[in-house]
Amino acid sequence: MLVNQIAVFLENRSGRICEFAKVLKDANINIQTMNIADTAEYGILRAITSDNVKAIQVLKENGFNTASTDLIGFKVADKPGEMYKVLQMFEDENINISYLYSYAEIGSKQACILLKVDCPDTAIQLLQKNNVESI
Amino acid sequence: MNRILNKKYECMSRDGKFALQSERLIDVVQRVYNNVSWYRQKMDKAGVKPEDIKDIRDITKLPFTEKRDLRENYPFGSFATPNRDIVRVHASSGTSGKLTVVGYTKNDLESWAECCARGLYGVGVDEDSIIHIAYGYGLFTGGLGMHYGGEYLGATVVPVSSGNTPRQLMLLEDFKADTICCTPSYAIFLAEEAKKAEKDPKKLSLKYGFFGAEPWTDAMRKRIENAYSIKAYDIYGLSEITGPGVATECFFQCGSHIQDDMFYPEIVDPENGNQLPAETQGELVFTTLLKEGMPLIRYRTKDVCALIDKPCECGRTSVRLRKITGRYDDMIIVKGVNVFPSQIETALLNCDERVTPNFRVILDRVNNLDIMDIEIELATGVAFDEVREIEKLTAKVVNRISSEIGVASNIKLVSSGKLLTKEGEKIKRVIDNRK
Repeated sequence: MLVNQIAVFLENRSGRICEFAKVLKDANINIQTMNIADTAEYGILRAITSDNVKAIQVLKENGFNTASTDLIGFKVADKPGEMYKVLQMFEDENINISYLYSYAEIGSKQACILLKVDCPDTAIQLLQKNNVESI
Repeated sequence: MNRILNKKYECMSRDGKFALQSERLIDVVQRVYNNVSWYRQKMDKAGVKPEDIKDIRDITKLPFTEKRDLRENYPFGSFATPNRDIVRVHASSGTSGKLTVVGYTKNDLESWAECCARGLYGVGVDEDSIIHIAYGYGLFTGGLGMHYGGEYLGATVVPVSSGNTPRQLMLLEDFKADTICCTPSYAIFLAEEAKKAEKDPKKLSLKYGFFGAEPWTDAMRKRIENAYSIKAYDIYGLSEITGPGVATECFFQCGSHIQDDMFYPEIVDPENGNQLPAETQGELVFTTLLKEGMPLIRYRTKDVCALIDKPCECGRTSVRLRKITGRYDDMIIVKGVNVFPSQIETALLNCDERVTPNFRVILDRVNNLDIMDIEIELATGVAFDEVREIEKLTAKVVNRISSEIGVASNIKLVSSGKLLTKEGEKIKRVIDNRK
């Protein structure tokens, strides 16, 4: 149900994402999904990798400020309205979502949704109660 | 531990000190007048002769010496003894152009070693101590100054010099030094590196630290003392005057005791050069009373400071230096407000544990308005997964800094270690693109 994510603080400057990718490449770590939240001055790169523990270690060694966060992960059928159903449940229970992202493999019938909420325990109970498939 | 190495000079009565300083000033003015042609010209121009100096109060009659004078007489034009008496030279790199060169006779080296030794001994260092010296060795006076001070006491000196942090940590662990000498910013960097390597700096055998070569604050002292579980003492010096040890804090950490039997301090108004009373902030000026190789009369240090004239609990009678607030060299004027980088450092040390005091100011002028950006390093291990956390922290830092300096700035957080160019070296604090 909980999926570990790494979050890397990046100054907004050319080449910084490439440096991040190189550190993981050199440690032979695969990136499964990533996205960037950006402002004028910074970016936060969030990613899930084949080995987050090792990724955090090598990133720290290379001077990246790196956080480890547990996200809630669930799967829904990859068709219109499926994610909406789950989000509506959260809305009904007043669960606030800090951020959310998703990924779906091409050809797969399911999409994975990852999100951070302000009260993860309530959210997990809600998903279990409604038989939403967890990751 | 509070103790005194040279009671005769360190605890001399005020009258005795007055007589000693007067006698030594008369002597040094004679020597400089006779042997340093450019200073003789300055005195002649000012209409003052060596005979006009009858006691230490007459010092205000004498013209100032500035760094520019030393540069113009590069390399050896300020020496007051023949080359055969000079046994060593040091040099400090200026922000621009030529080095400032200093020459020492055998006696000068001996006095300098005693200065450093007085400071070390005063709080507990002695022949049983092991001193780890992580100041740079070479033309810079930091390393060799403390080195000879340690040897003077008969301590075991480990001349590591600066750089190669993993090796520094290994030697500190293996040799079990009880004393460390380095810049305060390196002390913080070293503690951070130790934590990264999962070593606890508190578990080292260190008891005393002597930190100098750059201004630092009491908040930084607390940070260092807590990180290593040591007592951190301020040591002041500059190569032109001799090097480290011109003034060192005693056990009570309430200002650095100036070795004023050897160096006569004054505080002057930086604008007009008038002498200012004790406890008043101004520019620190030194006259070397004993030096032979390169004595300097009323040398303008550019350090912003005040003197404390009250007796100290430790028993010394010497005049004390308040912590250096900054340098007139570093002072920047932003939107008409005088700002010292040390004020920003103070703000950062009292703000939030997630930011470090490592910062860089970048000044620009856009549409005739000054824009001040401050890049600030995040502490090791600090990270975020939400933008709003960064925004909250930035707002907190902005408020803290503007209340300290009284002018608005833009804060940009940067990754840990981004601003330290070379291990242990001074950070270039200000980049001014307005010119």
